[in-house]
Amino acid sequence: MSDGAGGTALELAGVFGQLSLVSIGGINAVLPELKRQVVERHGWMTAGDFAALYALAQAAPGPNMLVSTLIGWHVAGLAGALAATGALVGPCALLTWLVAGAWHRFRDRPWRLLVQSGLMPVTAGLVVAAAIVLSEATAVSPGHAVLTAIAAVLLTATRLHPLWVLAAGAALGAAGLL
Amino acid sequence: MSDAAPPRDPPTVAALFWGFLSIGVIGFGGVLPWARRMMVEQRRWLTPAEFTDLLGLCQFLPGPNIVNLSVALGSRFRGIPGAVAAVVGLISLPMVIVMTLGAVYAAYADHPVVAQGAVGLAAAASGLVVATALKIASPLRGKWLGIGVALLVLVAIAVLHLPLVPTMLVLAPASILLHWWLQ
Repeated sequence: MSDGAGGTALELAGVFGQLSLVSIGGINAVLPELKRQVVERHGWMTAGDFAALYALAQAAPGPNMLVSTLIGWHVAGLAGALAATGALVGPCALLTWLVAGAWHRFRDRPWRLLVQSGLMPVTAGLVVAAAIVLSEATAVSPGHAVLTAIAAVLLTATRLHPLWVLAAGAALGAAGLL
Repeated sequence: MSDAAPPRDPPTVAALFWGFLSIGVIGFGGVLPWARRMMVEQRRWLTPAEFTDLLGLCQFLPGPNIVNLSVALGSRFRGIPGAVAAVVGLISLPMVIVMTLGAVYAAYADHPVVAQGAVGLAAAASGLVVATALKIASPLRGKWLGIGVALLVLVAIAVLHLPLVPTMLVLAPASILLHWWLQ
């Protein structure tokens, strides 16, 4: 799929390695910068290609950061996929390893408990906000919005396996019922 | 939400690998909902409050939250081998799947049934993310200060669309100070 634009595995590793340590909030937080690097600076793909690869990574199972795998693969094949994904995961994993160890070691200290009780509501607010933003994006029609609401209620109030709900959504969509 | 069980034996390196492999492969709509389901409700590696605490730390560190979560959990239980097993389990198979889907989708993206099915799946997945968000927020029940802070964050991000990093840099210290002051 490479268009021969000169993208190499090494350049990909450079782009994703830089993004790794600034992506507070995950890959979505650096999406505009990623697009600027990949589309405008390096010219590896069009904006349309970029949007399609992002949508695909969202729809596929697995972390959304796998858009890095798809971009790397699109630009430089398997070597590109491995370089982009590894460069995105490596630096932030190392940092988390260092910080999480200390965080756990100090778990009984009063200041640690205070920071924890302060961070907890921020975490909760961020996660609920992200869920709202995502729901707005996928509510492309009133039918889709109702589906999201019903799915949320079913998965909160019952112990139904989530895959059944997702399969039902895909089936309703494919049948044109939404 | 019957997920309040006491701690259990720490998982082995192999259990970490297979646990994260299982959520990577079925993680439609992002892995976080499945991660909480696996770690808290099914395998009981963490209590609901421990999960929300660890997620809070991982959100403040750069990188994909779920990758950070796998590193933090894997290294807590089994050191570096545990962290590596968790991350590799999390992303190896989805990498293969996403590249395969990329090839398939490139061939069938224009087919209306495929496109409509994908949009329906995405809407249902949003419902799953909403349900999980409510569970992650559930340790706040009855804590009015916490609920107030959470609502403030929610309005800043979801309603006012303020940028994430400055919002966190202001509201997190403010929340810690408020908790110190009022409790």
